[in-house]
Amino acid sequence: MGDYLIYTDPEKCVACHSCEVACKVKNRVPIGATLGKIVIMGPKLINGQPRMSALFVPCFHCEDAWCMNACPVDAIRKRSEDGLVHILRELCVGCKSCILACPWHVPQWDAGAGKAMKCDMCMDRIDENREPACVAACPTGALQFGDPAELSHKSREIYGLKLLGRTRSRYGH
Amino acid sequence: MKKTVYTLCFMCSVRCPIAVEIENDDVISIEGNPFVAAMKGGVCPKGAAAAGWIHDPQRVQSPMIRSGPRGSGQWKKVGWTEALDYTANRCKEIFSEHGSKSLVFCERVNLTTDISKTFMKAIGSPNYFSHDTVCKGSINSACRSILGYTDGQINADWANAKQVVLYGRNVFESIEVKAMNALLDAMSAGAKVTCIDPRVTITAAKSNRYFMIRPGTDLAFNYGLIYALIKEHLYYDVSYVSRWVEGFDQLFRFINPYTPEWAEAETGIPAKDIRQLAKEISEAKPAVIFHYGYRGSSHPNEIHFRRSILILNALMGSIESKGGVFIKKGATDAGLKTGLKKFSDQKFPETPDKRRFDGCGQELFPVADPAHGVGAMFPKAVLSETPYPLKILFAFRYDPLYSLADYHQTLRALEKLQLIVSCDINFGGTTSLADVILPESFFLERSDPLQMGAGLKPAINRRINCIKPRFDTQPMWWILRQLAERLDAGQYFPYDTIEDIWNYQLADTGIAISDFDKKGFVSLSDKPIYWNRENGLKFKTPSGKIELVSSLLETHGFASFPPYENLETPADQFRLIVGRCAAHTNVMTQNNPYLNELVPENVLWINKERAAALGIQNGDLVEIASSVGKGQLKAFVTDMIHPEAVFMLHGFGHQEPESRRSYQKGVADAMIQEDIMDRIGGSPALDHTLVSVRKSS
Repeated sequence: MGDYLIYTDPEKCVACHSCEVACKVKNRVPIGATLGKIVIMGPKLINGQPRMSALFVPCFHCEDAWCMNACPVDAIRKRSEDGLVHILRELCVGCKSCILACPWHVPQWDAGAGKAMKCDMCMDRIDENREPACVAACPTGALQFGDPAELSHKSREIYGLKLLGRTRSRYGH
Repeated sequence: MKKTVYTLCFMCSVRCPIAVEIENDDVISIEGNPFVAAMKGGVCPKGAAAAGWIHDPQRVQSPMIRSGPRGSGQWKKVGWTEALDYTANRCKEIFSEHGSKSLVFCERVNLTTDISKTFMKAIGSPNYFSHDTVCKGSINSACRSILGYTDGQINADWANAKQVVLYGRNVFESIEVKAMNALLDAMSAGAKVTCIDPRVTITAAKSNRYFMIRPGTDLAFNYGLIYALIKEHLYYDVSYVSRWVEGFDQLFRFINPYTPEWAEAETGIPAKDIRQLAKEISEAKPAVIFHYGYRGSSHPNEIHFRRSILILNALMGSIESKGGVFIKKGATDAGLKTGLKKFSDQKFPETPDKRRFDGCGQELFPVADPAHGVGAMFPKAVLSETPYPLKILFAFRYDPLYSLADYHQTLRALEKLQLIVSCDINFGGTTSLADVILPESFFLERSDPLQMGAGLKPAINRRINCIKPRFDTQPMWWILRQLAERLDAGQYFPYDTIEDIWNYQLADTGIAISDFDKKGFVSLSDKPIYWNRENGLKFKTPSGKIELVSSLLETHGFASFPPYENLETPADQFRLIVGRCAAHTNVMTQNNPYLNELVPENVLWINKERAAALGIQNGDLVEIASSVGKGQLKAFVTDMIHPEAVFMLHGFGHQEPESRRSYQKGVADAMIQEDIMDRIGGSPALDHTLVSVRKSS
């Protein structure tokens, strides 16, 4: 994902799809196309209790991006400063090579414009020091945006503190 | 140049505080107001999708007068002067024969409701009702019978709760953002949630414990739980009950036959689980919420079901406790000299005939709240002309055709009216049948009267226009004033602009309009306001206490504790239950481009064993039929619904051709639901209808 990560906390996701709608509004995505997609498993009954899980799947902004390599007119570029992969709309000729080349078919087809479009992680917002629209709109904080190191720090802090809380009484502190 | 405006959403009635980013008079994005921590910067999908309506060519784009038969889709576009003159002249003609009481005004409760009520008082008609009556009439009645407060005057302190019990209350799909986040935070801190529902919802999946209850037996579950709490153990809050609760002895005697084993036979939930829940809940008291709900499990005995929930809270001492149910605090509780001034508090001429069309607060429904009325009586009153002929309906942002049970009965009533005036954003069912449409500006395009946000930390909130109206539309406060002037009642509407309204409301509060500019609201208290549990609880019942034996009920001849009546579902039928998803608000949003894309139609949830016996496979087209209507939709075959129930989402099956995306998608629950009521509380029993299901040929 370039130099960033979008992390999904399945405990907090309520499958409301605000992320997808906010993405469509901000990026003017036509009906039928979806740039960032929330994938929901469940609810289903496991031992009589219903359970569910969720994972947000935007563009991964691959290091060696299939879509970029496949584009015959070099309309797909990678930002040097943070590795975000994006389409220069004015150069796109609508051949759909990128959609076919991507193993997850992440680039979307904008039928009205006759061009491909894809998640650029809202790089205009990132340049304003804001989160992508999908993450910002999430009502529960189930989506988190950051650089991988920061996310790792945070997760280990939470885990570590939980463990310390549990072991405290054993050592009589 | 980009800017951000802080306003209030109106994609549903929750009215979340939002931040709208604007550039070139257009909306770029909608997020939660960052100054309100519990929003976590987010919005629900409906809030996010509001932007999709701004340019939608399927909206009502100007005032319209019908030019063909009702519902034909033939309209004449007119200017505001012509539309308002036409409406007022027709009203005057009809008033001269039938009086102004022949006008019924219904609306979705909104920030202009004070002005709607002013309009009705000014023209002298007692016949106002709100959508609340359909959602929660019996909850309101139950709350007033026990606490003296309406359901709107109490709320749940989710953030500090330790045990929460939800009876179909679908917190994680109906999505009040602040409440949902408060509950999620409480759960992270260890709160336990129990969800009771015949159907697995997202809320069920998020809960710590889920019980698939037999449909319609939630009251039996509660009686079994009360038995375990007070008969088998001293699990209740003895000192709170002796200090604040009246009628405990009568409850103690009444509950005698309703053991957990009895409840197990009724509900299908094991007695040992009921006892375990009683124990755990008791250990967490008073930080306990038994949520009194909105819709869900609405049956003819609904008032007693809702009362049983409130009784459980009273037994846990959780009413006005941290982490329990609290009484909302207003401006004066926060130290202000006065609250927002109301237009409807002016002195009006005496209403000539006080008899209401629905008998609410009068002979027919003495317990129900006349502030909201009993909307389900509307079609019957029109058709029977009892207590007198009704000739005019003003439907303002509310759609009785798809909201009231028995669509065909409501349709006959609407067809009988001489004048239907609709104020809407879209072509809804009632709007499509109207004689005149007075289109309201979308909430992003208008400013509205200020909102008193009562709560633990009271605040005053403001909706302000973010962009200019795209089409020839107006705010409702403007429309009502124009009509009132034409009906010789303009003197009760002392304003020209929204600033005039805000200044009128804020008189003597010491708050200025500019105080709202920075955050969109003015906070009145930094700390939560709780009353003293020893001696400071102010219940509005005649005794000043929590009345388990209710003065309100008993003085009107209703028993506080009638014997439980068993509910059976015939083996070849199902109980139709209805509900919501995150993508839609009631019957209003099915045609929004983004929300329509998310959930375009409803399907029929049916238990897989029952489906197999009927030869129905997942995805098959099935016919669902009751005594009043039928429809065809796709089956969703699943183990996640009780065998006695089938479920469909509320609000689909629209028949108005102007709304092309939602036209004839799915089935309207109102088409199938029978007109059955809780005759005491005033709610329609929307989950009571028996239906048969078969594979379509």
